[in-house]
Amino acid sequence: MKKSVFIGALTVASLTAGIAAAGTLDDVKARGKLNCGVSTGLVGFASPDANGKWEGYDVAICRAVAAAVLGDNTAVEFVPLSSKTRFTALASGEVDVLARNTTWTLSRDVDLKFDFVGVNYYDGQGFLIPKSMGVTSAKELDGATVCIQSGTTTELNLADYFRVNGISYEPVPVEGNSEAQKLYLAGACDTLTTDGSALAATRAAFEKPDDHIVLPEIISKEPLGPLVRHGDNEWGDIVRWTLNALISAEEYDITSANIEELSKGTNNPEINRILGTEGNMGEMLGLDADWAKRAIMSGGNFGEIFEANIGEKTPIGLSRGLNALWTEGGLIYSPPFR
Amino acid sequence: MTTLTDPPKATFRLSMLLYDTRYRSTTIQIIVLIAFMLGAAWLLNNVRVNLALAGKDFNFGFLQQVSNFDIGQRLIEYSSTSTYGRATIIGLLNTLLIAVMGCFAATVVGVAVGILRLSPNWVISRLMAVYVEMFRNVPILLWILLIMGVLSESLPQPKDFRGENPTASMSMFDSVAVTNRGIYIPEPLFSKGLGDIPVFWNSFEISLDLMAILAVLFAGLLIGKLIKTRAMQIQAATGVLPKTGLIRLALVVIPVLLVLWILGFHLGYPALKGFNFQGGTRLGNPLLALWIALSLYTAAFIAEIVRAGIMAISKGQSEAASALGLRPNKIMNLVILPQAMRVIIPPLISQYLNLTKNSSLAVAVGYADITSTLGNTTLNQTGRELEAILLLMGCYLAISLIVSTVMNAYNERTKLRER
Repeated sequence: MKKSVFIGALTVASLTAGIAAAGTLDDVKARGKLNCGVSTGLVGFASPDANGKWEGYDVAICRAVAAAVLGDNTAVEFVPLSSKTRFTALASGEVDVLARNTTWTLSRDVDLKFDFVGVNYYDGQGFLIPKSMGVTSAKELDGATVCIQSGTTTELNLADYFRVNGISYEPVPVEGNSEAQKLYLAGACDTLTTDGSALAATRAAFEKPDDHIVLPEIISKEPLGPLVRHGDNEWGDIVRWTLNALISAEEYDITSANIEELSKGTNNPEINRILGTEGNMGEMLGLDADWAKRAIMSGGNFGEIFEANIGEKTPIGLSRGLNALWTEGGLIYSPPFR
Repeated sequence: MTTLTDPPKATFRLSMLLYDTRYRSTTIQIIVLIAFMLGAAWLLNNVRVNLALAGKDFNFGFLQQVSNFDIGQRLIEYSSTSTYGRATIIGLLNTLLIAVMGCFAATVVGVAVGILRLSPNWVISRLMAVYVEMFRNVPILLWILLIMGVLSESLPQPKDFRGENPTASMSMFDSVAVTNRGIYIPEPLFSKGLGDIPVFWNSFEISLDLMAILAVLFAGLLIGKLIKTRAMQIQAATGVLPKTGLIRLALVVIPVLLVLWILGFHLGYPALKGFNFQGGTRLGNPLLALWIALSLYTAAFIAEIVRAGIMAISKGQSEAASALGLRPNKIMNLVILPQAMRVIIPPLISQYLNLTKNSSLAVAVGYADITSTLGNTTLNQTGRELEAILLLMGCYLAISLIVSTVMNAYNERTKLRER
């Protein structure tokens, strides 16, 4: 008798261990909180402010998803993850979304079993170097000591770039961005390499940012975007279309200033569909009609989020470049809400 | 009336398994074993079910894939076109390197500190006590980070050696450069070298020059030992010990020098070229920081073990030796330490194992040990968590078991023979 109870419990335990992967939307709703994996601290993308409130470009995506799903953009549990722990955390269900400037690659998409829902920043790998070195091109870096974050695509790009150009280097792999910064500032490495956006953010945090330059060479394509686990397509759809709603909002000039007015109804059917006054987009996603409105109100549309966190008026000072809307010569493009 | 009773029938009831002392312990053992096996089976099943749910298989095929990343600190040839398997081997060799270097330095420092802590000189013994308590009571990770911080912040950068009035200069007649990236020392070069021979299907190469030198060195030592044995026989027969020290020294030194001369031995000095010093042998800061921290930390424990070992030898031993007219250092080397070793060696084994396992903290300073190459980069790039971690555990287990087997064999040799 006792034994059968034991075996029964065993079966249940092993079954529940497996089921946890499906039904992320229900899990999030039941929990009342969205678990979002972010960087351990990269100013402009994800870092806690003086009051411990997380803010940044990647954080804004998490907040928009929480607003769409739970109706509250503060209902987010931010989980700071190193480049090493991020995939395990997502795969094991510790986080529901990973928005941690992660590069979309084939092996991560296919072999690691994740779904990249889109691209929120088109980036490329660059080199940061003190001006006093007098180096103007990455091709002059022969023999340099290079600080890199271990376990990132940048580590692989670096190896490829130096091999292709037939020059040598001394890699110093470190665990996180802050350690890399420390070694770089102490002069223990000549140059720091990572995604261009992160280099700009790192440089902005320096005491004398003007003493350092980012070399002109961009040695890789780094499409960064939020990702979810493979296999729960309903959840993936929600995160994908939340991002698309933010992008479409910028395209149709829906801003946090005029959204209330526009949501009373306009003569543009696409705006009406996004804001839920027409059609049943929310219902299709398993959400209510106002989901996209709440997502956009959370931090503004895509352009507003960009300008507020990493844009030219911020210390990070990134221009839109490739990250402008497709209508303005960039690559940011959302499929239609139809 | 009869006194004859029936012999007890050999009945067996199920309750006897629990209440009969003859069977009880076996029953309990069987139950525990079954429970253990069920637990293990549940864990394995859980892994299998979850791997299947995540759509992952379990295989080590990734070790043959091209790694695409570079490793700075390496003992054998490696490039970004090598495989993950080779990156793992590089990491394993680096772990072994730091373990061997660390165990050696920790033993030397530890024994010295342990003996000095018992010194009658109050200042020295107190200083040693302060050292031991400081290192024993602060986590090793903090020591590693502190030493790495000191090395990279306080030592001069390579660019400080440049220019008209450099703020830093090379030491030891311009042959050694101490920088905040590492220490560059002259390297041995052979202008008429014999080359290398590839072994293990070209997986790495053995330097014939090194082999030749080692062969001559060992031959010299062997002949020296024969001469020594002969001298002992003469002493046993005549009572006079012939002086052989000089001859034995010459036997070791002269052939080696001769071989070095034949091979065209010269030193390659480090020189500032481009961003860094080039040429010479480089001891990177991560290696140095890890080595210093691990050695000093473990030495503090070894010092206590040595002190305990010495104190375990009764005072009568040293008094007797002293009465025989032996000087203090001879008493220590000939009387106390040989006996103390029997007490020291068993706990010393576990300190060596600790040092080896603590070396996995290398990842904190960017030293490419096996935790860094296999458990960090390879795991991350391939996403093979389970395989990588199991392999990593297997490697540490193997290293630890080998170290303890060797040390146990040594312990067998030195322990008191009871007849």
